[in-house]
Amino acid sequence: MDWQTLADALFPRGHSLSEIDHFLSGIAQSGEQTIAVVGTTGHAPIGVEIALAQARFVLQTVREHAGKHPRPPILMLVDTAGQRLRHRDEMLGINSYMAHLGKCVELARREGHKVIALVYDQALSGGFITSGLMADACYALPDATIRVMGLPAMARITKVPEQRLVELATSNPVFAPGPENYLRMGGVQDIWRGDLAAQLEQALATTPAGDVRSRLGQERGGRNFTQRVIEAIMAGSDVLAP
Amino acid sequence: MNNDMRSYLESTARERVERLFDAGSFVEFLPPSSRVISPHLGQLDAPVAFDDGVVVGRATLGGQNVFAAAQEGGFMGGAVGEVHGAKLVGLLRRAAAEKIPAVVLLLETGGVRLHEANAGLIAVSEVMRAVLDARAAGVAVVTLAGGSNGVFGGMGIVARCTNAIVMSEEGRLAMSGPEVIETASGVEEFDSRDRALVWRTTGGKHRYLLGDCQAIVADSVVQFRAAAIEAIAACRSRSTALGLAELEQEHAMLGERIVRFGAMSDPLEIWAALGIEEPATIPMLDAAQFVAAASAHRMGGC
Amino acid sequence: METLTYRFDNGTRALPPQPRVIGVVGSGNLEVLIESAPQDGACTIDIKTAAVGFGATWQAVMQDFHERWQLMDASIAINDMGATPAVVSLRLDQAVETMLGAPT
Repeated sequence: MDWQTLADALFPRGHSLSEIDHFLSGIAQSGEQTIAVVGTTGHAPIGVEIALAQARFVLQTVREHAGKHPRPPILMLVDTAGQRLRHRDEMLGINSYMAHLGKCVELARREGHKVIALVYDQALSGGFITSGLMADACYALPDATIRVMGLPAMARITKVPEQRLVELATSNPVFAPGPENYLRMGGVQDIWRGDLAAQLEQALATTPAGDVRSRLGQERGGRNFTQRVIEAIMAGSDVLAP
Repeated sequence: MNNDMRSYLESTARERVERLFDAGSFVEFLPPSSRVISPHLGQLDAPVAFDDGVVVGRATLGGQNVFAAAQEGGFMGGAVGEVHGAKLVGLLRRAAAEKIPAVVLLLETGGVRLHEANAGLIAVSEVMRAVLDARAAGVAVVTLAGGSNGVFGGMGIVARCTNAIVMSEEGRLAMSGPEVIETASGVEEFDSRDRALVWRTTGGKHRYLLGDCQAIVADSVVQFRAAAIEAIAACRSRSTALGLAELEQEHAMLGERIVRFGAMSDPLEIWAALGIEEPATIPMLDAAQFVAAASAHRMGGC
Repeated sequence: METLTYRFDNGTRALPPQPRVIGVVGSGNLEVLIESAPQDGACTIDIKTAAVGFGATWQAVMQDFHERWQLMDASIAINDMGATPAVVSLRLDQAVETMLGAPT
């Protein structure tokens, strides 16, 4: 879905989003609230510049509303082919730029801004780890592509035959790409169908406090060990709960 | 072997933990005898490890209570799977709850464990949030990066969410590995067999000069120990939590980096621009000589 | 992966209570988890190995190990990634020596 169509569906009451070089930002109306919106378009690879641009927007939003109540929510719109794979980005320290964006999102959260993310097209691996996956909750459209790596490449690197990965993917959400699997594993809070504007309003009204994804993964059966391991360590136990 | 000479690089994760923290002080959480292994590797006919490749627990360091985690680079490249990631998250959440003074992360990892793909990616993201939650609770989180596999992938991002990073020259810190970049964009883009280039681009000395790590030590467990103690003290002398001023300062530095160095093609050019007189000699200097030559010129790190 | 199990009785050397682990599950290497366990005196060794079809070799190595150490009420578990018999024996000996407090 192109971002303009998405924006019209999300914000029937209006928005002022604009895009430069795949960097998307602006403000929009959702219900009675004005929200700040930032993200990427066109399956943009995330390099140092676009990571920094997103961070700048988040910092500006925090600074602009410092001391005021309530703080506007921030919506991150995710469409990325993953981290940019260039010597230059590594030389400059792209991990630092990504971390900086993640820290800015965290700061916004601590300052009272709700942060939610919507994967509206692609979300590959490192491209959304400090945007979508740092939000209070990450949502996805049903046709979104969410994955770490394509199965053929994964087969090459792990030396596991692709056919085997495809087979396993039907019963284990761990390998298979897609929003349904991330939903089951707790990485995605929900998948938005139908009235996107209404879904957004509801999401803003039900933002979780704290990182609930390990518990969701347990409840939904997509990750059966994470929450139990965390709880065992918290409790000082050397055995997992059954 | 004299402990002073013990290589950090060549030590296993367990050896690093035994030798770096106060003698006999380390108590492991969910030890190997608990047999909390990966639930996913078996289906792929891959071997498991009883600790899923990471040792976590508590210890004292210079008499101070700390929590510690050490990734085993020899198992699956130290990569993060479901259980491995959950151990890190559990450790950090418990440190926050108990207001432990510091967590020391001995990282050595390729990032997300591809065999556990989605679980690994979500886990790394949960570690990131847990690091920042711990910092907000007053816990100093310090990264040590001196293993042969480096700190790559999403964990390279996690490292830059911690309060401080100590590296050796041998250590590497980056996001995508040179082989991945070469496969995606060609050998002209990044020749992964050019070791000197790989270390100029991702190694400890370059990261120190850029301001991405706060200390460089020789490849010695004893030196990493001393630097960890110093880093914790420095972090705890100010707030461990994120602040707007700190992030704006970091933002300015990162912007300046692009402006000043964005058109350069080799880190040697960056070092020259920073005022290093003979950049080509940097790789030859030992840790102490390097710090003496570099500290006046490095960018201020956050 | 192949799973192999061995059991030896008539051992005489007991182990202290603290479990130990030696080695790393990397290419050509293995990890050995050794613990004291009440097993009617038996020493059991459970092996998961990536090198398939070497049952006879493992049998010989385990036999030698038991003759060397004669452990009783010992539970040993191994995750192996293609170590040679020499390396397997070395790690097993290291594991026992660490258990018994001998310098390694």
